[in-house]
Amino acid sequence: MPKVKERDKSCDHLFASGHTACPGCGQSMAVRLVLRAAGRNVIVVNSTGCLEIFSSKFGESSWEVPYIHSLFENIAAVASGVESVLRATGRLDEVRVIAMSGDGSAADIGFGAISGMMERGHDVLYVCYDNEAYMNTGIQRSGCTPYYARTTTSPPGKVSQGNPRPKKDLPQIILAHGVPYVATASVGYINDLDKKVKRALSIRGPKYIQVHVPCPLGWGSDSSRTIDIARLAVNSGLFPLYEVDSGELNVRKIPKKVPVEEYLQLQVRFRHLFGSDGAREEVEQIQRVADENIEKYGLMSK
Amino acid sequence: MSENGVLCGTFFMNGDVACAEGAISAGCRFFAGYPITPATEVAERMSERLPYVGGVYVQMEDEIASMNAVLGASWTGRKAMTATSGPGFSLMMENLGLGVMLETPCVLANVQRAGPSTGLPTLVGQGDMMQARWGSHGSYEIIALVPSSPQEMFDLTITAFNLSERYRVPVLMMSDEAVGHMSEKVVIPQIAPEELVNRRRPHGGQEQYLPYKPDEDLIPPMAIVGEGYRFHVTGLTHDERGYPAMTAEAQDQLVRRLADKIRLNKKDIIRYEEVEVEDAEVIVCAYGISARIARLAVRQARAEGMRAGLLQLITVWPFAEDRIRELAQQVKAFVVPEINYGQIVLEVERCAAGKANTLLVAHMGGSVHDPQTILQAIKEAVR
Repeated sequence: MPKVKERDKSCDHLFASGHTACPGCGQSMAVRLVLRAAGRNVIVVNSTGCLEIFSSKFGESSWEVPYIHSLFENIAAVASGVESVLRATGRLDEVRVIAMSGDGSAADIGFGAISGMMERGHDVLYVCYDNEAYMNTGIQRSGCTPYYARTTTSPPGKVSQGNPRPKKDLPQIILAHGVPYVATASVGYINDLDKKVKRALSIRGPKYIQVHVPCPLGWGSDSSRTIDIARLAVNSGLFPLYEVDSGELNVRKIPKKVPVEEYLQLQVRFRHLFGSDGAREEVEQIQRVADENIEKYGLMSK
Repeated sequence: MSENGVLCGTFFMNGDVACAEGAISAGCRFFAGYPITPATEVAERMSERLPYVGGVYVQMEDEIASMNAVLGASWTGRKAMTATSGPGFSLMMENLGLGVMLETPCVLANVQRAGPSTGLPTLVGQGDMMQARWGSHGSYEIIALVPSSPQEMFDLTITAFNLSERYRVPVLMMSDEAVGHMSEKVVIPQIAPEELVNRRRPHGGQEQYLPYKPDEDLIPPMAIVGEGYRFHVTGLTHDERGYPAMTAEAQDQLVRRLADKIRLNKKDIIRYEEVEVEDAEVIVCAYGISARIARLAVRQARAEGMRAGLLQLITVWPFAEDRIRELAQQVKAFVVPEINYGQIVLEVERCAAGKANTLLVAHMGGSVHDPQTILQAIKEAVR
């Protein structure tokens, strides 16, 4: 398959440039970082979604590693099959299996398959790129859409203020399967992400990392501020960064707590909460989510 | 907007949106959705519109869940629907069968894209026609309508709800990406263009009610869950009380009736449109977007002196077999353009039964036929 672009052979990118992700796409940056940390000896199994579309369009490919696109709901099961044969043929030391999907696939349609993969104990790293809605089909709400975000299927108006339900806590649900490693990460903190991918791949058994990746198109945010926005999500407490490594919780502390407004106001998906007929109660509810995270994970130094 | 929530007037809207508006005009007040190209716009429109007309939009976690939520909602007495495309349609199949078995009125719109598998998500296909007929396991009959324009997306969605309520069977709207994403003039009248049908309610007292005891037309009246009637539904083969009955006799009685309530009423259900078939020696039998292209090809053939006609199928299931048998006596050949590698052509061939030839004009999907390819087939057929 022709490469998207002739690349510098000395470059260590396993995810070639020239793909068709939007400017400022958090997911495309995160994928590159995950592969850089994982190295060349991996097989990637990827579900339907933005990543599949922008990385492998019309006879081209950005993937410098073996790549399997399956459907929307099934990558954990496909990865289970790949891993089982590698195990049976004694090849698990040579190559690692990484499943990659978005939050819609992981939290909703593919959720049963992930649970099965975790429960059976397959030696697979599942990376969920969480941009908090179905972006590939044009911004519909998913189980990971946070409180009061505007999506095309949770439109704010006279009857509602956007998505009326809290974000599904997927990492904690995965953790309840008793797996050896679960982490959250953010494209805003690349060293932390790098460390977590490497740590996960050094462990045998099912692993899960959920990476928070702003989506300028879906969130209505400035494409030059993806990293800032990702960091504000972390430093407000809305997206806590932690890992649970064989039962031990390690958190990334917040140096200075940021009010949620600073994060929300940079995104069109929350704009209806501000302005003349602002939604004070809703913003306060979002602040409570952040405060509860800070308390629950001990994100602030005492 | 009128009092009943119908958005009346003349609009420039796409087929998906027209489908949603048709549902609202038909009295649909429940939609369970899941995003999938090219059907997402139906869900988006419903999420925006239903809260204003006292309806409920729920976004489900996948298409299996969507189909089931629709079944559940229908049992509460609401007219309910979902919309999807190829991969989602495949996921809905098991529970489409449940809908048939439980005789649950509901509408499932499939805005077809080209498959198999992920295929061409944003481009047109008509490859699910046989899946619509046979996709769920077991022996059953289904009703499937095929719109060919945004206006028909509106009109036929109402027809779909009416047939579904009348016959207590899931009705499929087998649209396609071209029709779903095409924007055209759509006229929405304040009063629905056909009288709205509501499921027949139990007559007689609660003590006597047997949920699966049919009336003379083989259709049982339908109670609403929680209304006081004894309510017991199951996907297992059941008797008139709705209780499991694991015998060949009960199976025979139920499965025959599920099919016969459609088969014996096919005259009432089957819809088609004919253009210049009276003296035709070649008839193009087409449906959906392909029928609109076929119309042009037929006109050109007439202009060139060939006696061509068009049979546009509006229901594909049940199939217009009697009409095709009749026409087979008169014509040399049927030309069947489809955006698949030959599905409905097999039905035409079956009904023509050697009396007339059948010519498939296949297109694998991704775009629509060039009218010239259909014209060419007409020329071949008259030769």
